[in-house]
Amino acid sequence: MNFEFSEEQHLLRDQARAFLAEFCPTNTVRAVLDSDNEWDHALWQRVAEMGWTATVIPEAYGGLGLSHYELAILAEEMGRSVAPLPFSSSVYLASEAILTFGSEGQKSEWLPKLASGECVGTVAMWERPGALALEQLATRRLGETVSGVKSPVPDAGVADVVVVLAHSDAGLEACLVPMDQAGVQQQSVMTLDGSRGHSTLTLNNAQAEILGHNAIDPSAWERLIDGAAVMFAWEQLGVAESALTQARDYALQRFAFGRAIGSYQAIKHKLAAMYVKNTLARSNAYYGVWALAENSADLPLAAATARVAGIQAAAFAAEENIQTHGGMGFTWEFDCHFYYRRAKLLSLVIGSEAVWQDRLVSGLTHQPTVAL
Amino acid sequence: MDFNDTPAEARFREEAVTWLSHNVPSDDAFWALTPLEQAKLWQKRKYDDGWACLGWAPEFGGRGASPIEEVIWRQEEARYELPTNFFLIGQGMIGPTLMAWATADDKARYLPPLASGEEVWCQLFSEPAGGSDLAALRTRAEPDGDDWIINGQKIWTSGAHYADYGVIVVRTDPTLPKHKGLSYFYIDMRAPGVEIKPIKQLTGDADFNEVYFNDVRVSDRQRLGEVGQGWQVALTTLMNERAAIGGGIGKMDVDLAIAIAQDVELDGQPAIDNAAVRTRIADWYVQEAGLKYTGYRSLTALSRGALPGPENSIGKLVGAPKMQAMASFLMDLLGASGAISDEAMAVKAGIIQRAYMGAPGMRIAGGTDEIMANIIAERVLGLPQEPRLDKGIPFTDVPTG
Repeated sequence: MNFEFSEEQHLLRDQARAFLAEFCPTNTVRAVLDSDNEWDHALWQRVAEMGWTATVIPEAYGGLGLSHYELAILAEEMGRSVAPLPFSSSVYLASEAILTFGSEGQKSEWLPKLASGECVGTVAMWERPGALALEQLATRRLGETVSGVKSPVPDAGVADVVVVLAHSDAGLEACLVPMDQAGVQQQSVMTLDGSRGHSTLTLNNAQAEILGHNAIDPSAWERLIDGAAVMFAWEQLGVAESALTQARDYALQRFAFGRAIGSYQAIKHKLAAMYVKNTLARSNAYYGVWALAENSADLPLAAATARVAGIQAAAFAAEENIQTHGGMGFTWEFDCHFYYRRAKLLSLVIGSEAVWQDRLVSGLTHQPTVAL
Repeated sequence: MDFNDTPAEARFREEAVTWLSHNVPSDDAFWALTPLEQAKLWQKRKYDDGWACLGWAPEFGGRGASPIEEVIWRQEEARYELPTNFFLIGQGMIGPTLMAWATADDKARYLPPLASGEEVWCQLFSEPAGGSDLAALRTRAEPDGDDWIINGQKIWTSGAHYADYGVIVVRTDPTLPKHKGLSYFYIDMRAPGVEIKPIKQLTGDADFNEVYFNDVRVSDRQRLGEVGQGWQVALTTLMNERAAIGGGIGKMDVDLAIAIAQDVELDGQPAIDNAAVRTRIADWYVQEAGLKYTGYRSLTALSRGALPGPENSIGKLVGAPKMQAMASFLMDLLGASGAISDEAMAVKAGIIQRAYMGAPGMRIAGGTDEIMANIIAERVLGLPQEPRLDKGIPFTDVPTG
């Protein structure tokens, strides 16, 4: 039985945690939240210099050619530090989409720039409220252009290239759309997590290349999202762990009725419940990353399980962390709201809890899935 | 990551598989015995070939196996339906206590027959006045020459009615603060004055007992640890109340939930297609898979020769309420038929109803949900204990009710 990260991978975790503690303390998050910035550009450059954006991109395309085990470790630390970065959009989604569906030329053109962090990528899926239905997208690809309105698109305000999901007569297509062109109109939109940027993208005959020059099977897109779900689960776990740590530290230091509030069972049991959910989320995230890294047929079930566990752990820890802090937890001054915002944002980004619970049961009963 | 044995573990597993395939009783004569007789016969067979209490030293009947080898053995033995529960408390909790605290003579006398199953032990800790608050126990032992005279009552004693020996914590000095006035003995369960009364549980079964002590005479040689050191000795016993690594609770799993949800209808469709049903099943699977893979993480630590982290402490706290909630929900899916527990008529021969009726006990035994949450909060998260009204004052002055 070897269900654990290697020594080298543990070292990477220590290194990443120390790096983010130094360069991404919570006042970094606060600075982005308090401004109109959609990211911390200097932090992005540091992270890119560390090679984190290159982690799973093959060496042939300027990457490090490491595995998803390493990326999972970094994802957890991104969540732990609530990093104000487009890491998930560029690394888990755009890079993976180009790597999976791109032609040789497309991969050679874009992956080295995404690996170096010189370019930021994102993926534009959503168009309207409700669950995403891949077969009902209104965005159309005609010839070498794409038109439609995508919203919200994470990190589009800082992105150089967007993978736009669209339909043509040939079916579902993932289109590569450079941001710097007249056919792309980007309008920033306010979301509940202002430490990350979101936009509405209006595409008017925007120049587009079809990834791989062919329509894609919706199930292949779902496979990609399953992989991303595992990474999001690790990031959610990081958020959950930070929220638990903050709640624990406060419960030790805050006194009421003559004693630390952490000595009351009402608080103890709340924190124990957080620990339980975090532990379940971690163990399920282990299985998720194993299934992803080993390309197991279990991936759809493992990813859905990790995703649901991650959503539940992060939401519960972030909500109950504020509750543990009492009134101070409700202030702008305390950091509790960073975790609350990020936990909810991450739970919405690639399909929310009910969708993934449904996919989980489909995985258990081997039913086909369509909805994302 | 992979889920494979190391080469040494694989060889050990192969050895275990082979021995089991040749030695697991299959004859009708075996299955005609009472469960206790079956258990004793099977235990003796294992003992004779070196497969009992594997982690114990050879002189006590074991083979000095590593923790991961013990787990591999348990996994392989669990593939057969064999009676092993009768020895869990004695071998799992009391054996290690004897090893730590008994004299060399007593270890040589008592450990081998405990390993072979020829002698069964029980644990006399809980009392009507001391469950979660174990150290509040009131059973007294008073010195009388070289002996002690025990008076009082224990409760929830599993297996007292078939045990040969028991370990008992008693109060030897009620004028001291409560943890300091305790002492620990082993006793002969057939000694004069020991009276055992079964407790009928709400399930209708009787697995537990009340045990009364009326002037029971015990030699001072049967004391483990110093007079007044009983709490420390008791902690040795309780620390060995091991989490069942890699194991589950009963047969209430998501596979069963899916089978039932596929079988019955809700709103004219298979229940498995109902969104509310799917949500519940997904949440239970998150718990079930989470516990399973938590177990794998612990096994990995054992396999590397390390101690598992605190993550295993969540097992009972998640598993027992899940069993209750699942059983309740599956009965709901069955509608009024869900009430039928008659084995001949009930869906799945009544295991759902039995699980529901047994679940309250699972949530209490070996530490209630609330105590388990306290343990996680205090030992894992480092939160302080509740202030205690009984701290540092003579036991006789502690408020009771």
